[in-house]
Amino acid sequence: MTRATLHVRFAGPLVTVQDNGRTGHLRYGVPASGPMDRLAMAAANIALGNAPGATTVEISMGGAVLECGEGPLTVAIAGGGFSVDHAGAMLAPWTVTTLRPGQKLNIRPGSWGSWAYLAVAGTIQCNQWLVSSATHSQSGFGGGALHTGARLEISDAETRDAREGDIAQPDFAVPTGRCHVTLGPQDHHFKEGATDLFFACPYTLTDAYDRMGVRLDGPALPLDEALSIPSEPIVRGSVQVSGDGVPTVLLADHQTTGGYPKIATVVSCDLNAVAQMRSRDTLRFVQVTPRQAIDMARDYAAKVKTYLSDISAARGNLMQRLMSENLISGVVYDDPKRSDV
Amino acid sequence: MDMRFVPIADHALLIEFDAPASDTVTQAVASLDLALGNAQIDGLIETVPAIVNLLVSFDPLRTDHDKITAAAKTCLSERSNVTRNSTQHSVGICYDPAFATDLAAVAAATGLSEDAVINAHLGGEYSVLMYGFAPGYAYLRGVPEALQVPRKPAAVRDVPAGSVVIAGPQCLITTLTMPTGWSVIGRSPAQVLRDDPDKPFLFDTADTVRFTRMSRDEFHAQSATPR
Repeated sequence: MTRATLHVRFAGPLVTVQDNGRTGHLRYGVPASGPMDRLAMAAANIALGNAPGATTVEISMGGAVLECGEGPLTVAIAGGGFSVDHAGAMLAPWTVTTLRPGQKLNIRPGSWGSWAYLAVAGTIQCNQWLVSSATHSQSGFGGGALHTGARLEISDAETRDAREGDIAQPDFAVPTGRCHVTLGPQDHHFKEGATDLFFACPYTLTDAYDRMGVRLDGPALPLDEALSIPSEPIVRGSVQVSGDGVPTVLLADHQTTGGYPKIATVVSCDLNAVAQMRSRDTLRFVQVTPRQAIDMARDYAAKVKTYLSDISAARGNLMQRLMSENLISGVVYDDPKRSDV
Repeated sequence: MDMRFVPIADHALLIEFDAPASDTVTQAVASLDLALGNAQIDGLIETVPAIVNLLVSFDPLRTDHDKITAAAKTCLSERSNVTRNSTQHSVGICYDPAFATDLAAVAAATGLSEDAVINAHLGGEYSVLMYGFAPGYAYLRGVPEALQVPRKPAAVRDVPAGSVVIAGPQCLITTLTMPTGWSVIGRSPAQVLRDDPDKPFLFDTADTVRFTRMSRDEFHAQSATPR
C-alpha cells in the first residue's frame, strides 16, 4: 500500500472534497451535494482511469496550492479554463500530470469557469457521511472543506504515466449564456406578465454565489398578493423567487424545501455549464416542455457517454506514444520482452 | 381530493393535493409516499413528502413524467390498503435560562408566565410533518395555540445545535449551528442526526413526539452519553 500526501499550502473559500453525491436523503433535509459540474469531475476521474464518481477536490474561484509531500502521485485536473501551474510549468487547464515530492501544483481561475476538479490516482482519505464523501457546505458533513495548512492523505497512490497529457475538453462544457427551463411548478403564484418578463429579459449572476445557489440580478418578478404557500420540495435547478421578486438558481447544496414559489426549473443537463458561469455573466432563460427536457437529457447523456469513452483509454507510456507518433520508428530496438502496459 | 401532477424539468414530478394543509392531507401524503416506496417503480430515485404535496425524483434515462404519473395514479387508487406504523418518541428538553434565550420574550408576547409557557409546550402533542431546510430539520406541528408566536423580523446568528425553537404552530430541534428567526425556548440532547447507517435520522414523517422536561444536570448527563 503506497501512500502519498498533499499539503494544502493555500486554499480559497469553498475548496471542498466531493464525490458524486448522496441520493435518497432529500426527505431528511439532505441535498445530494457532489460536484457543481458533474461532467468536469467525471472527466478528471475517467481520464485518470478512476470510476467517474471517485472522490475529488473541488476547487473554487479562490484557487488552491497543493504541495506533494510523500509521492509520487499522478493527478488529473478538469473543469473550466483554470490556470494550472505544475512546479513552474504552465499546463493545459484539463490535464493529467505526475507530482513528485516537493513539487507544487497551483490552480487558479483562468479564462473561464468557476469550478475545477482534482482527481488522484489513489484514494483520498476523508470522512464519509451517509455513504458519501461529498461535502455539504453549510454543515461541513462529508469529506469537508480544505483549508490552508491541511494535509490530504492518499492511500493506494500510484503513478500512471500512461495517462499523462492533456484531456480533450468537450465543447458542450462551455457555458452558452442560455439556460433551458421548464415552467413552474409554482408559476401560477406570480402576477400576470412575470413569466413573460422572466423569458424576455437577461439576468446577471451576482456575487451571492456559493454551492447552495446563485442569486440573479434583473427585472423583479412580482409575486401574487395572496402569497402564502406551504413549504414545498426544491430540486437542484429550481429557480426560486423571494418576496422581493429576485430569482435565485438553486444548486448542489440547495435547501430541500422552501416556502417561496419556483417560477421555473433548469433542465438537469444545463446545470453543469450554468455552474461554470461567473458573477456578472449574463444568462437568458429559454422555455422547453417537459418532454423536450427529457429528450435533451437523453441526448446529453449520449454525448457525455461518447466523450468519456473517448478520454478513458490510456495513451501508453512515453515509448509507446513516441512509437505511435512515428517519431523514432526504426531507432528503437525491438525488444520482445518489453511488455509494460 | 383533487390532484395535480406537475412535471418539473426532466427529472421530477410534483404531486399536489389541492387542499389546504390539514392532518387529512398530511396523512394522504404519507400514504402515497409509502405506497410509492413499496411499488418498485422503474427509474424512481426518491420521494420527498411535504405538507400538501410530494416530489418524485426519477432518472430521465429510464422513465418520464407520464410513466411516473401513471404509476402514482395506480398507487393512489390502491393506497387505502397501505398504512404505516408511526413511532411515538419521547424527547428530553431543558428550559434552563442559559438555553432558553427567548423564553422571557415568548412569555411577554403571549401574556403567559414563563412556567405557563413551559407547561404549554410540554402539553403539546407534536407530529413530524416533514423535514426541510437543512439536514435533520424535522418540522413538528402541534405548538398549542396559546403559545404560537410569529417569526422574529430578523434571524439571530449562531444558534447552537440542539436548540428547541418555535414559530407559529411549528416546533423543531436544530441539528446545526445556524441562524434562525424562530424563538429559542430550550435545548434538547436528542440526536436527530444519528451515527447509525441503518437509521441515520431519528424521526420519520408522521411519527409523534412528546417533550419531557429535564434539569440542566440531566441534560449534560444525557448529552455526554452518545446513543
